Amino acid sequence: MAAVLPTLRWREPSILPGFGIALGITLTALSLVVLIPLAALFLKAASAGPADIWAVATSPRTLAALRLSFTGALFAASVNAVFGLILAWVLVRYEFPGRRLVDAAVDLPFALPTAVAGIALAAIYAPNGWIGALLAPLDIKVAYTPLGVMVALIFIGLPFVVRTVQPVLEEMQGDVEEAAALLGASRWRTVFRVILPPLYPALLTGFVLAFARAVGEYGSVIFIAGNVPMVSEIAPLLIVIRLEQFDYAGAAVVATIMLLLSFALILAVNLIQAAARRRFGDV
Amino acid sequence: MSVAVTIESIEKRFEAFAALRGVSLDIQPAELVALLGPSGSGKTTLLRLIAGLDQADRGRVLFGETDMRELSLRDRRIGFVFQHYALFKTMTVAENVAFGLNSRPRRERPDAAEIRRRVGDLLDLVQLPGLEKRYPSQLSGGQRQRVALARALAIEPRVLLLDEPFGALDAKVRKDLRAWLRDLHRRTGHTTVFVTHDQEEALELADRVAILNDGRLEQVGTPDDVYDHPASPFVCEFLGEANRLPVKVVGSQAFLGDRPVLGGLSQNQGGPASLYVRPQHLRIVDDAPLSLPGVVEHLRRNGPLRRAEVAVQGLQRRLDVDLASQVAPAIGERIRLRITHGSLFAAA
Repeated sequence: MAAVLPTLRWREPSILPGFGIALGITLTALSLVVLIPLAALFLKAASAGPADIWAVATSPRTLAALRLSFTGALFAASVNAVFGLILAWVLVRYEFPGRRLVDAAVDLPFALPTAVAGIALAAIYAPNGWIGALLAPLDIKVAYTPLGVMVALIFIGLPFVVRTVQPVLEEMQGDVEEAAALLGASRWRTVFRVILPPLYPALLTGFVLAFARAVGEYGSVIFIAGNVPMVSEIAPLLIVIRLEQFDYAGAAVVATIMLLLSFALILAVNLIQAAARRRFGDV
Repeated sequence: MSVAVTIESIEKRFEAFAALRGVSLDIQPAELVALLGPSGSGKTTLLRLIAGLDQADRGRVLFGETDMRELSLRDRRIGFVFQHYALFKTMTVAENVAFGLNSRPRRERPDAAEIRRRVGDLLDLVQLPGLEKRYPSQLSGGQRQRVALARALAIEPRVLLLDEPFGALDAKVRKDLRAWLRDLHRRTGHTTVFVTHDQEEALELADRVAILNDGRLEQVGTPDDVYDHPASPFVCEFLGEANRLPVKVVGSQAFLGDRPVLGGLSQNQGGPASLYVRPQHLRIVDDAPLSLPGVVEHLRRNGPLRRAEVAVQGLQRRLDVDLASQVAPAIGERIRLRITHGSLFAAA
């Protein structure tokens, strides 16, 4: 008997109508706002020629700016992951006066024009600002240093982690904690083995969003960073500087490097997450 | 291993709502007790108080001779199976079952090989051998239920508490698990308390049934006891179908209107009363003193039984009668019914 070979189809038959039109609209919109601009970016970068691309990409100033942008974003996203998790925990688990206010305040970094945030942060963390004055005797400088960049990036990334973790925490039923306690687990063990693991996927999502936002952040950072080349100059600013010098190809090369690095990092995290979901299910 | 549990006049309020109003109950070692009641009767609250997950406002719970409040949650050694199982979904079945053993302080913790052996034994016991590596999301409801039970048994509990153990399962699986749990209890002999709102489940499984209503214990007794001799109209109606007849007791006889329907009453309780008669305690007779004449109005199939609805003069509701023989009366036929067993409660 001949084995029935599965026919290769590019999509499963479905009773849901509208696949063609939905996919068409999606691809058109995606092309118009994302794919075509990005393709133009690649073309522009490629127009520079291999030698120039290499020169721009490996110039000390570009490398320093990229290093600051990516390490700063990773650091800020990590801080946000921890701090945002605690904040979400407090908002979900405890009733206290002003909880709604704190809850609403979390979204402020979303709503505020980033330049306003940058100026406010710069004023407060400057050596003569409220917090800057406290830190000055300790010889800690925040404004106009890489540290200032981190502060701004932490600020703008905070809502992402809180808002991704919060709903998962709210849905988590209290009975698993009670089960752990009755099985003799210490509070510590309950937190790290029972409560946190189901939160990891959401935490990772929040981390990636905060990271992506931080890598591309411009407005708030340039006011507090001081923008000293090789020290506190971020990659997005370097792109703007190149543009102002009419070095469009140079700007496009830096932008392309940022794009590829970000895409690789985000794709990696998404793959990790998909694997986790396959394993534990979405129960 | 197993201990007796003594519940002494427990009271518990949730803000304005009195969940338990003075409940006392003695549970013998190795006994299987059902807490039965409608939703809101306080049965789950009582179970959580026994576990120490909530604190009573008044009264106490003793394990053997020890006041439970003197023990930490770990030292109470309570196996608790939650209604929705509360399995740890990021852990495998084996890790779930081993969680209690791995949570012990290092000195008391068995070594890894020993834990693995015990997990294997427990999974054999709950008839899930070989599922160690699965995650809870890969199991059916009945399997999750049994993993939860294995996890609770792993800590060698002194008391096993089950909250609506079969509540979330479909009818067929419930029946299978019931028989299996009964058998498991016989083999392991844990003092076991389970909460249910399903009277059939309680009567079939438990050594004794405690019936709760509105925060109070209505009756405690063996299934036969509570079913055949309910202590209150509530218990009678909750445990199964019953026809209610408003009667008047004079001497040793109960009268419906001016017709005697039940005799041989020992208690001296004259006056108006309610007589509860289950459908299977009404028998069609040819002629007898103390019988009710009526007309068959409907015939229904009720599972294995046939059920007649009989209109009786002077009663607004038709009587439900289970037909014992294969010979059924026809609709419209005039018959006579004799009450073989009934529960009499003085009218409130």
